[in-house]
Amino acid sequence: MARLAWDARAFTILAAMWVRVGWSYRTSFVVLTLSTLVISGVDFVAIVVMFANVDALGGFGLGQIGFLYGATAVCLGLADLAVGNVQRLGRRVRLGTFDAMMVRPVGVFAQMCADEFAFRRVGRIAQGAAVLAWSLSVVDVDWGPARLAMLVSMLVCGAAIFLGLFVLGATFQFVSGDASEVANAFTYGGNTMTQYPLTIYPTEVVKALTFLVPVAFVNWYPALFILDVPDPFGLPDWLRFAAPVAALLLCTLAALAWRTGVRHYRSTGS
Amino acid sequence: MLIEVEDLSRDFTVRRRAGRLRRTTEVVRAVRDLSFTVERGEMVGYIGPNGAGKSTTIKMLTGILVPTSGRLSVAGIDPSRNRVDLTRRIGVVFGQRTTLWWDLPLRDSFDLLRRIYRVDTARHRRNLAEFTELLDLGGLLDTPVRQLSLGQRMRGDIAAALLHDPEILYLDEPTIGLDVVSKGRLREFLRRVNAEREVTLLLTTHDLQDIEQLCRRVMVIDHGSLVYDGSLAGLHEQGASTRTLVVDLVDEAPAIDVPGAVVVKVEGPRQWLCFPAGASAAPVVAAVAAAYDVADLSIQEPDIEAVIREIYQRV
Repeated sequence: MARLAWDARAFTILAAMWVRVGWSYRTSFVVLTLSTLVISGVDFVAIVVMFANVDALGGFGLGQIGFLYGATAVCLGLADLAVGNVQRLGRRVRLGTFDAMMVRPVGVFAQMCADEFAFRRVGRIAQGAAVLAWSLSVVDVDWGPARLAMLVSMLVCGAAIFLGLFVLGATFQFVSGDASEVANAFTYGGNTMTQYPLTIYPTEVVKALTFLVPVAFVNWYPALFILDVPDPFGLPDWLRFAAPVAALLLCTLAALAWRTGVRHYRSTGS
Repeated sequence: MLIEVEDLSRDFTVRRRAGRLRRTTEVVRAVRDLSFTVERGEMVGYIGPNGAGKSTTIKMLTGILVPTSGRLSVAGIDPSRNRVDLTRRIGVVFGQRTTLWWDLPLRDSFDLLRRIYRVDTARHRRNLAEFTELLDLGGLLDTPVRQLSLGQRMRGDIAAALLHDPEILYLDEPTIGLDVVSKGRLREFLRRVNAEREVTLLLTTHDLQDIEQLCRRVMVIDHGSLVYDGSLAGLHEQGASTRTLVVDLVDEAPAIDVPGAVVVKVEGPRQWLCFPAGASAAPVVAAVAAAYDVADLSIQEPDIEAVIREIYQRV
């Protein structure tokens, strides 16, 4: 526990340094942050344009889709900000900087996350949060303590699920060298799929997104509860409360895989 | 004992292509039943040809690699089990790569290290002042690491590895690529660190001069096994290696005949005389100078690779 607290502290020390370095190139920082904001904003604009021609997609209105979109964007953004850098594992191993991290008094995971910490990634979170806030102002929800709690839990568990996927994907690079694309398929790919109501996919795909790569728990099941929509696939109702279980399982698996990866680390030739 | 190694082995599984789709896996034993101990305050040279297992050993001693079998204890700690605890008590310098942050000025790198090693400010300031002076880093503290020359970066790396007062310093090829003056200064600094701060040094190198000027003890590894562990003089005796005296005579002459040395080559007025590496050059030089008109003299040190090769052939 003390180790964990220290790693978290060391993470803030190292990340703060990178934010400072980033800030010393102010113009570039501002331009990059804005461009992240714009680029990630464009795909929601596409959805809005689509709704000029249709009233509903998979049985969901624009406000509801905005909710799904905003939720997954915020979750992915949070996970990416915190641990997105673990994807550089393959390159670090090749350059030998991973070895250097292993001889410093901070867990390598915390160092990996903090190294070249890119604060401009808040752009994505800001964009997702804006869409989410807008959607909440247009959808008709009977807010009570249960739904508010679910909203908070959705963002926390959703971020944790993406976090687990990022780490699992990176762990794969211990075995296969640089394979960040594999991880991207699940993280960014999962994000793209959950931007839309899952009713547009066949049942098999939804089951895979529930039980195999559990990104459906990021926003879909919590949204069914918050928006009070019956499950279009007739899957059991308890699934909408199962996001914490999915997040916990995935993160535990990711932590075990990471530990195993470090323990079996082979380093490079010299 | 500061370092205790017993029957240490490390295997690597190597996959090879064998035909279009078939792949064979082969287990390569990089380090084989290695046993040695190092006492506090020693300076040990760890040498061997490329691929002999030097780096693998160092990586196991630092906890980067987990041993396949055997027992390992550094400062009373099992490196692979308590790697993070061990990091505070050791310093590591990888000659070919930096452990500093590429985009940060040295000063910021050092300050960051102070914070993650949790060194108190007074001690940090004292150490930094000392290393800045001894390693001549004064003018470089505000330069980003990526703009430093190899020698400057190496000095920065060594200071960085020592700022938290480690008990052991591992140096992997610390003088590689440095010019003669830089090498000399670096060795002088390392000697001082060992004598004044009682830091135990373990260094791998290809440069015999590093060993001669720093280490009383040499360990030679080949194909993963320790083939020699003892003094440098003993190594020369074992390898029956020789130094060569190159004599430029004023006039051409028949082969020089002096006790303790044998002529191996004559080329006009220049002659090459071999004598055992363990012996002093002085009596040979004196004998030659007394009997012949000498224009110039020089001594060629034995090539460490040659010495080691000699040992391997005997094992």
